[in-house]
Amino acid sequence: MKKAAVLAIAVIAAGIGTAAIGQSTGKLEIFSWWTTGGEAAGLLKDYGIFKAANPSVEIINAAVSGGAGSNAKAVLKTRMLGGDPPDSFQVHMGHELIDTWVKSGFMENLDDVYKSENWEKVFPKGVLDLLKYQGHYYSVPSNIHRSNMMFFNTKVFSDNGLNVPKTYAQFFDVAKKLQAKGITPLALGDNGIWASVNLFETVLMGTLGPKAYIGLWDGKTDWNGAGVKKALTTFSQMLGYVNTDHAARSWDQANDLVIQGKAAMTVMGDWVDADNLAKKFKDSGWAPAPGNTGIYSALSDSFGIPKKAPHLDQAKTWVKLIGSRQGQEAFNPVKGSICARTDCDPKLFGPYLQWATKQWKTNTVVPSLAHGAAASESWLSSISDAMSLFVTRRDVASTQSALVQDAQDALK
Amino acid sequence: MTAATPSVPMPRRRRRRFSSDHWGPILLLLPSALLILVFVYGFIGYTGWLSMSNWNDLVVNPLKFVGLDNYMHLFRDQRFQIDMQNTLTFSVIFIPGCLVLGLIGALLLHTGLPTEGFWRTVFLLPMALSFIVTGVLWRWLMNPSSGLNLLFDALHLPFLKNGWYTDPNIGIKAVALAALWQYSGYTMAMYLAGLRAIPGDVYEAAQVDGATASQIFWRITLPLLTPVSLSAVIILGHLSLKIFDLVIAMAGPQGGPAFSSDVPANYMFNTVYQANKFANGAGIAMILLICVSFLVIPYLSWSLRQEARA
Repeated sequence: MKKAAVLAIAVIAAGIGTAAIGQSTGKLEIFSWWTTGGEAAGLLKDYGIFKAANPSVEIINAAVSGGAGSNAKAVLKTRMLGGDPPDSFQVHMGHELIDTWVKSGFMENLDDVYKSENWEKVFPKGVLDLLKYQGHYYSVPSNIHRSNMMFFNTKVFSDNGLNVPKTYAQFFDVAKKLQAKGITPLALGDNGIWASVNLFETVLMGTLGPKAYIGLWDGKTDWNGAGVKKALTTFSQMLGYVNTDHAARSWDQANDLVIQGKAAMTVMGDWVDADNLAKKFKDSGWAPAPGNTGIYSALSDSFGIPKKAPHLDQAKTWVKLIGSRQGQEAFNPVKGSICARTDCDPKLFGPYLQWATKQWKTNTVVPSLAHGAAASESWLSSISDAMSLFVTRRDVASTQSALVQDAQDALK
Repeated sequence: MTAATPSVPMPRRRRRRFSSDHWGPILLLLPSALLILVFVYGFIGYTGWLSMSNWNDLVVNPLKFVGLDNYMHLFRDQRFQIDMQNTLTFSVIFIPGCLVLGLIGALLLHTGLPTEGFWRTVFLLPMALSFIVTGVLWRWLMNPSSGLNLLFDALHLPFLKNGWYTDPNIGIKAVALAALWQYSGYTMAMYLAGLRAIPGDVYEAAQVDGATASQIFWRITLPLLTPVSLSAVIILGHLSLKIFDLVIAMAGPQGGPAFSSDVPANYMFNTVYQANKFANGAGIAMILLICVSFLVIPYLSWSLRQEARA
């Protein structure tokens, strides 16, 4: 008995010993939810660059698929709270990063990297403001996506002699005409409720304007005001023009309706462009969502380093690559997003992304709600719950009071 | 246990002294007993404490006792109210449905079909699938633009077409149908075993006494199957309270439009891992535990009494 116990302890100790030795050789564990399509391809491109420059380092691709990142976030939280962090992980720029990870003290300060790489010169101010917490940097943006876009089927519009709507009044006018012809005006796929939250945030931006929209997130704009009520009413009206099976579809399945000409438009993030390119859709057109001209609702996948990262040096080399021009020019054309840097070569990008890059430089940048930039995870979660009820019940008054309550809980 | 049968004098058990040959079993039991104590009961206790704490952010310092605040919040919460109603709806369809279908299937097989083995396998096979697989399967079958609706079209039965789990008025009922498909075969197997265990001479005696077929069924078969029914209710009951993966796979992580398919376990997952509200999540876990114990404790006391009688 005793011998067995001693033996067991010896075996365990030996295991710990080899694990410790294993860690000292070059490794780098990158955690993300990029497992398929352009985003996984983009990530692998950056891995390729990293490996070419650091051949002795072994990259561990800790990617968790499913649920638009929600599965990965659950795994990440368990690992972080359990004291087993990866070397670097993907996180949405803005409040998802700051409220969840920075305020709780989990993140490594990256001011020295920003200084050595001279990034304050190459990232636009709007992005730097969203990244900073109390004047310090904690993550590096790899890209910029725009969430308030409308993608449409140009053939449906030209065949029916219609113009692409810029305002809500124009939208409802066009929607009525399309519906009379048996075409679904607006394609929606909200089997993940975030797609409806995404649509709602564009209506909030378009109704309130960028300044009042930003004010919603710091308490300067009243959630109980006429603006939010008007936005909810408009949103409710828009929901009258969506495909009936929206709860069964995902955003890309909704876009299939546009591609097939069964629906005319879809309001979504600009990852629809990558979907259209992959599906070789030739009649694709794009414009800002109704009422959103001049507003750029931004979200960014950024990479940060946890404080207890086992391989800090390699992790810093990794985030330097993520922020570098070489890294962003390799990643973004494949991922279907624009560079967070302002000095990428536009020739590398397709027509939509070239257009978006120009918009990025002239538009007012606001943070996206549905993708973690505008509000904390718990606030977003309660707004999503309110939206889940609203999309079905379309009860403006009770939803507004729920949103007011959510804002009070979040801002207290 | 002597109290149950006072008429039979039992030899009074002497307290046996500890001898060296007792150490073996104790040592063998000790590790698992300790592990269960820590990892089951210890963690239930810890969850109970968390559910009364203020841990509603990723990191909360210091952790404070807030009494029943989290529970009050939950019971006022619209989503949680919907979830509890959904659990009830699910149970009302799933449990009696499985019992009735299982019993009918078992009675049919018990009559002595020549191909019984084949049918038994056919009905039992769905149970070999995980709920995730069942969920994906039925998500496609019940997708409004494919699967069953196309079948109804082909059969010229358009009035049967509907939105299934995407229709807020159906929601959890569609999920319950999928669960019913998976588990009625299992109750069938349980009932079949129960039927096989009923001795044939009971039936012979009844036939000699001139009992009709329906009398035999209601007075003999069904009462003798009570223990099987009870075990089935316990198994199906705790499944329906804890159902999670089937809902995720069919209706998605938000539990369908307006939470029409949402269940407490799903809400707990969202609360903990998306909203970082660990204390609220622990509250949901405790409420589920209490619901399950309402089911399990009467069963345990009943089966203990049965053992004592035997």
